[in-house]
Amino acid sequence: MAQGMDINKDLVAASATPLVLAILAERDSYGYAILKRVSELSGGQLAWSDGMLYPVLHRLERLGYVSGKWAKSESGRRRKYYRITQRGREQLDAERRQWQAVDTALRNVWSVLAARTTPELLSQGC
Amino acid sequence: MTANTEALERQIAEWRTYVARGKAMAGPDVEELEGHLRDQIEALTAAGLDADEAFLVAVKRIGSLNALSREFAREHSERLWRQLVLGAESPGGKPPRTEAAVVLVLAAAAAVAMKLPELFGLGFGPGSEEFYARNLSFLVLPFLTIYLAWKRGLSISALTRLLVLFAAAGVVMNLYPFQLQGHTLPLAAIHLPIALWLVVGVAYAGFRWRESSERMHFVRFSGELFIYYVLIALGGAVLSLLTVGMFQAIGLDAEEFISRWLAPCGAAGAVLVGSWLVEMKQGVIENMAPVLTRVFTPLFVLALVAFLATMVWTSRGIDLEREVLIGFDVLLVVVLGLLLYAVSARDPLAPPGHFDALQLALVVSALVVDVVALAAIAARISDFGFTPNRTAALGENLVLLVNLVWSAWLYARFMRGRSPFGALERWQTSYLPVYAVWALVVVVVFPLVFGFA
Repeated sequence: MAQGMDINKDLVAASATPLVLAILAERDSYGYAILKRVSELSGGQLAWSDGMLYPVLHRLERLGYVSGKWAKSESGRRRKYYRITQRGREQLDAERRQWQAVDTALRNVWSVLAARTTPELLSQGC
Repeated sequence: MTANTEALERQIAEWRTYVARGKAMAGPDVEELEGHLRDQIEALTAAGLDADEAFLVAVKRIGSLNALSREFAREHSERLWRQLVLGAESPGGKPPRTEAAVVLVLAAAAAVAMKLPELFGLGFGPGSEEFYARNLSFLVLPFLTIYLAWKRGLSISALTRLLVLFAAAGVVMNLYPFQLQGHTLPLAAIHLPIALWLVVGVAYAGFRWRESSERMHFVRFSGELFIYYVLIALGGAVLSLLTVGMFQAIGLDAEEFISRWLAPCGAAGAVLVGSWLVEMKQGVIENMAPVLTRVFTPLFVLALVAFLATMVWTSRGIDLEREVLIGFDVLLVVVLGLLLYAVSARDPLAPPGHFDALQLALVVSALVVDVVALAAIAARISDFGFTPNRTAALGENLVLLVNLVWSAWLYARFMRGRSPFGALERWQTSYLPVYAVWALVVVVVFPLVFGFA
């Protein structure tokens, strides 16, 4: 599996909430499967240490964005399944708007920079 | 393949014990994380890794357990010190400031209680040993009981019932015409706190003292209080020495103040403050007791085996003086303490391991030492007759013997997979009242039988 580049910790932490909520909006899931989905979605670029997902899930549960339920898995072990709640969906919408705003701003500034720096770099002979 | 899965199960059990030790993670969290570990291992073995490798990779992927504990602690900060002590019925607990105030008031009250007898000419020091031998327990333990009862939200009538027990013990201790220079008074003075500690335990468990788990919490509380008390006493000693030194430099003698005020008041107040610290910092020191147990269990096994080997080698019998008798009792009590602590800190679901074998060795060697001591006491009694001291030693050895024999039996069964570890735990907790009852016998019955001599 591709090793993720070093993404800033704060960024990883900030993106955890919308990512987990979005994955649960796709379908109900449990810890291990959520992590697999994160890895798939990011092409292996977003590397969390696996354990850190659980405090995040518990926080979302406390905030009422997801609800957890213990149930038997197909292997016969008890497993905690999470489901997104109505509040969670609202939160996801809010997060989506915020991230889109950030994304738009960054995209704009990237394209300005790209247009400007290429000739400068060439003239410096880099 | 089965040997392989067995090894894997053992590794997972060890990992679980390790994770569960961090108090920020409650049982279901550990179970959830373990489920994750197993999912990961399954996926990795399906991809061609063998069990060992898969386990290592899966553990590595979970990430640093310290960092994880911190995250859990941040998310579940309430657990750090309450989740174990308080039952589900009172999750809220008391506001910290109020609790600090209550503890300080009660500690001050205990300190005042220590100095109050001085108004009646019974200052702490030479000349009033008899008074303090009779009453020391009553100057401190009721305040601790009040604190715990308050903390657990016991009703006034429940607390009154507990305090009536103290009063009854106080009446007995002060009405008994103990002879000066006799042995029954010192014996009663030593055993009284042991008997009264049970009353403290009832307050601690908030009348759920019949439950095995509550008793185990009380055992932990007692051990941790002991550790804290020793730490506070060491700090107090350093403070006293420095104070004396400083005042000497300006030509004043502070020793009088320290021995008459600081030491007795501090010793009484420290019981309350220590208990409060244990209640508050549950998570911090709880990790210390198992570590101490792990360090000292092998050392005590070595000491006991060396002692027995030397005794056999030189064919010396035990020549029992009174001091030696007490020494043996103390040794056995310490061994029992180690056993209790190891039991209380262990994950009951984990399969037998090396440390359990060591623990069994400790119990068996203590058992042999106990039998040797018992034989020596019996010989002395048959030669010179019953005295209060010898009878007390005999009784204590018997009480400990019964516990050790049954513990060894249960441990051996557990090692061979015949019975669950929980059986040993339940045996230890249901045996606790026996110590208190025996102590009560020494306090109440002995003086009558031996004519207060």
